[in-house]
Amino acid sequence: MSTKLIQQVRPLRGDPVDVLIEDGVITRIADTIVLQDVEVIDARGLIGLPGLVDLHTHLREPGREDAETIETGSRAAALGGYTAVHAMANTDPVADTAGVVEQVYNTGRQIGLVDVIPVGAVTVGLKGERLAELGAMADSAARVRMFSDDGMCVGDPGLMRRALEYVKAFDGVIAQHAEDSRLTVGAQMNESELSGRLGLTGWPAVAEESIIARDCLLAEHVGSRLHICHLSTAGSVEIVRWAKSRGVDVTAEVTPHHLLLTEELVATYDPLYKVNPPLRRGTDVDALRGALRDGTIDIVATDHAPHAVEDKECEWAYARPGMLGLQQALSIAILTLSDESGAVDWQRVAEVTSIRPARIARLDDHGIGFVEGAPANLTLVDPAQSTVVDPHALASKSHNTPYEGLEMPGRVMATLLRGEFTVRDGQAVK
Amino acid sequence: MKQHLLSAADLTRDEAVAVLDTAEQIEASLQGREVKKLPTLRGRTVVNLFFEDSTRTRISFELAAKRLSADVINFSAKGSSVSKGESLKDTALTLQAMGADAVVIRHGASGAPWQLASWVDGSVVNAGDGTHEHPTQALLDAFTMRKRTGRSMGQGLDGLRVTIVGDVLHSRVARSNVLLLETLGAEVTLVAPPTLLPVGVETWPCAHSYDLDAALPGADVVMMLRVQRERMNASYFPTEREYSRRYGLDAVRAATLEPAAIVMHPGPMNRGMEIAAEVADGPRSTIVEQVANGVSVRMAVLYLLLGGAA
Ligand SMILES: [Zn+2]
Repeated sequence: MSTKLIQQVRPLRGDPVDVLIEDGVITRIADTIVLQDVEVIDARGLIGLPGLVDLHTHLREPGREDAETIETGSRAAALGGYTAVHAMANTDPVADTAGVVEQVYNTGRQIGLVDVIPVGAVTVGLKGERLAELGAMADSAARVRMFSDDGMCVGDPGLMRRALEYVKAFDGVIAQHAEDSRLTVGAQMNESELSGRLGLTGWPAVAEESIIARDCLLAEHVGSRLHICHLSTAGSVEIVRWAKSRGVDVTAEVTPHHLLLTEELVATYDPLYKVNPPLRRGTDVDALRGALRDGTIDIVATDHAPHAVEDKECEWAYARPGMLGLQQALSIAILTLSDESGAVDWQRVAEVTSIRPARIARLDDHGIGFVEGAPANLTLVDPAQSTVVDPHALASKSHNTPYEGLEMPGRVMATLLRGEFTVRDGQAVK
Repeated sequence: MKQHLLSAADLTRDEAVAVLDTAEQIEASLQGREVKKLPTLRGRTVVNLFFEDSTRTRISFELAAKRLSADVINFSAKGSSVSKGESLKDTALTLQAMGADAVVIRHGASGAPWQLASWVDGSVVNAGDGTHEHPTQALLDAFTMRKRTGRSMGQGLDGLRVTIVGDVLHSRVARSNVLLLETLGAEVTLVAPPTLLPVGVETWPCAHSYDLDAALPGADVVMMLRVQRERMNASYFPTEREYSRRYGLDAVRAATLEPAAIVMHPGPMNRGMEIAAEVADGPRSTIVEQVANGVSVRMAVLYLLLGGAA
């Protein structure tokens, strides 16, 4: 039995309120609540958000615990304001059976810093040949609803169609890593005038756009839910806008780095900037930011991809793609959803980092926020504070952040998972 | 000169001309000597760090360093315990500890010399990185062009019309040549099938064309690039025969060149593919000279980076 009283937190709309939490559930919200003998949290000046939900996290366990573990990744997530993260299936072994997804789920539960929800692989071993046992993963304790071969694209259109159809049985969604691999053989960066000059094989925008267009048509044809991972080009935005206007049940995510960074950084040959899909042009970044504001892009997803030092401190061509993101995603969402005067659209921030991701993943206990009767999965942010990124001060086991030295607005002061602090006073509780 | 030679674009016109002039002076001072050696870099250490086989480039750098009396260490990473990804940084730290004054690096990954330069204090010379650049090759080509067109010390290549033909997309020689030749005032035209021209080539400081026959009559210099047969399997062009017919320099095509025009090739050649044997061995060909000039130019580069003025 634990009771907490959060005083004078600013919810997304309206004036500050007091919030009473009993046994992990929000039981009362009022202008003022006066109670004796309860734990009181002074939240004056803090913004209250529903706990953040990430649909795209790489936790590396099982298989590459030297780069990240479920524990270190969970801590990074909590510090970033997350109460739920979806762990991508490209682990070793691949999360393509009920056994592996339950293992990941249970480990996350034991650590207890964040709900770790496994993403199931679409195909056995991410090979793109045969469907994995999607139903068994859906029926498992992990209750998998999202399936993805992320890192790889489900390239075969027939197989993609079947996957989209099959998961309708349990209201699942296929999250596609859109990359026509025949168009990205040897690709090292965005295909552009710059790739030509740098002598790096290009990853053309059309490799992403052609798969998105195809999959939107397939989803429309079979009447299924499709989610597009890490959109990175202006053309992809146009296709998703068009598909939504036709009524296709498609949602899309954008990563923090694609909202902030451009391909010019590749000219340093520093593999910190190597990521898949690659950093694109400034015009793409502008289109992605606009699409996040107008709702064409539904959510921000981190694509948090920790890598060991030796996988990054090497030749560009040999370096693994990916960068950290859990501890900066909220700040970059804030940056993107602020107007010129610096005023932040907090409602929209909550929608793209929590409310919409939870709905896409069919989580009924996250992405709700300050509602009486709802589980207290909450994040309290101080909008007046900012953080300068220090790679070695991050909670992740790896240090491959492209944001070193950058000032990130908004600081997560507290994260609560089912009413218990996972972050308090800006520090992880455990 | 700056600390490193990583890209042909690192050189200003004055610096590039100074390299060519220095190479010419070095040649003159070695002329007629029995021992082809200068004491200039005595006590300095030059490391040849080759992650990729290239006997001719390695020997050229080795000769250049030895003729300047430097101590030379050949570090062939290929086939040793060094495998991809795990050790460029370790190798750099080793070279740093050994006090290498200059590291000549050949590497299969574009950009590797830039990374090396961020990890060592000595000078880094890019001897070819992936499909990116090969600046000393461009310098020796420019040196050869300047000599063969009768230009003298202090001069650039102003107004010289240079046509570069073949697999520009994957060619570090082409990239470095475009940059350097533009700096020196030459007019470059790249000729290749559209599949073998880089995206964005229209923004490069040169012209481009898909038509070799149209490009030959106005050229003072024709540089043929090596075409790898693997490109055919990746559908960059349909067959060797078709490539050779459309983009190969045979005797009939060579006859359409200006009388004084020269034919260059960075080697090694596919005779019969991009260049016919009679053209490669004919009087226009500078292919053998290029090899000799390579040593002089690399001596000049090492001298200017490590010892000399200008
Ligand atoms: Zn992906």
